Amino acid sequence: MTVTITLNGIRRTGEVQPDTSLYTFLRQQGCLSVKCGCETSNCGLCTVHLDGCPVLSCSVPAFRADGHEVTTLEGVQKEAEEFGAFLADEGGEQCGFCSPGFILSVLAMARELENPTDDQIKEYLAGNLCRCTGYQSQLRAIKKWLAARKEGDK
Amino acid sequence: MYTASNYVLAQSLDQALELNRKRSSAIIGGGCWLRLGRKRIGTLIDLSALGLDKIQENEEEISLGAMVTLRQMETSKELEAAFGPFFADMVRHIVGVQFRNCATLGGSVAARFGFSDILTGLMALDCQVELAQKGRMPLEEYARLAPDRDILTAVVVKKDGRKAVYQSARNISTDLPVLTCALSHKGDLWRLVFGARPGKAEAVETGDPGSLERLAGEFSFGGNMRGSEEYRRHLAGVLTRRALEQLRREEE
Repeated sequence: MTVTITLNGIRRTGEVQPDTSLYTFLRQQGCLSVKCGCETSNCGLCTVHLDGCPVLSCSVPAFRADGHEVTTLEGVQKEAEEFGAFLADEGGEQCGFCSPGFILSVLAMARELENPTDDQIKEYLAGNLCRCTGYQSQLRAIKKWLAARKEGDK
Repeated sequence: MYTASNYVLAQSLDQALELNRKRSSAIIGGGCWLRLGRKRIGTLIDLSALGLDKIQENEEEISLGAMVTLRQMETSKELEAAFGPFFADMVRHIVGVQFRNCATLGGSVAARFGFSDILTGLMALDCQVELAQKGRMPLEEYARLAPDRDILTAVVVKKDGRKAVYQSARNISTDLPVLTCALSHKGDLWRLVFGARPGKAEAVETGDPGSLERLAGEFSFGGNMRGSEEYRRHLAGVLTRRALEQLRREEE
């Protein structure tokens, strides 16, 4: 069966099987930032945006994305680079394996929540597991990035 | 991961019912749990074109379509206005936002998982399920039935002024719960529910809030990898006390 999506702003069509996941389809489309970490719908590594909402691409069947917009890390390079600089400054990224899904979740959170508290940030990102940082450095990076964005908006 | 030979985006409930008569067919909700198994599916039936992803409200009740996601329930203004933070508290510990944007109410309720936060929470309210063939029936009755080939289309929650609170205990944040607990109060009636016992959620009602802790101890609990029977029994008392205190604070 054929699936057509708008992937990072570009219309893409491909053939999928009834049990193909969105994750597999995106990898086939060349989006290699999308990785599968846990195979248990748990780690958040495979997070992408489906019509702007963060979803687990390992759990979404590819056919569900037909006719919809999908954004991966490749589609948000500028924002990812800006936030990545804050992550680097705070030591919030060590092995970097979780970063694609983590960054996409942070970008979704920034759109969804206005002035999030520490607890709201922790809760929103609870589905992104990181085995290196202990999360404190990531939290500092997010808060400083959000503050800098707010300052830039003035 | 499951395998499937065919995929059909159902255009009507009748079509979905007809396809689902075959034992090899399966309805897909969010797919989050389905993908964890190795089921060999003949026809995968997708209900996402049937408009079942809406939360609709009238004077008496709120109807939640089977394809409503857990995140929709968490952020719904209608549910918050009628039940305060109850629905958000019920789902906020379920993995993460990206999971809750996928997982559906119908998938959680129809599967009748013992560990389900959703089933525990909803059983504390006056809820009915809507089935494509059988029509409406109380959620508690539906939860007791063995899964069949009928299709869950909605869960209908009565806006009866009931106050409800939700508590759960987890070994680690976002893990499956060791024990789930919901308590509701309306008039002279208190309804206490425990799920993840580790069996399916069960409810008990009383007119005396002083008896809730004793009643909590009378539920049947069991042991599994997340906790022993003894630990769950102890937690039941703790969660009941917390729930009662929270309910009284919210009613003040």
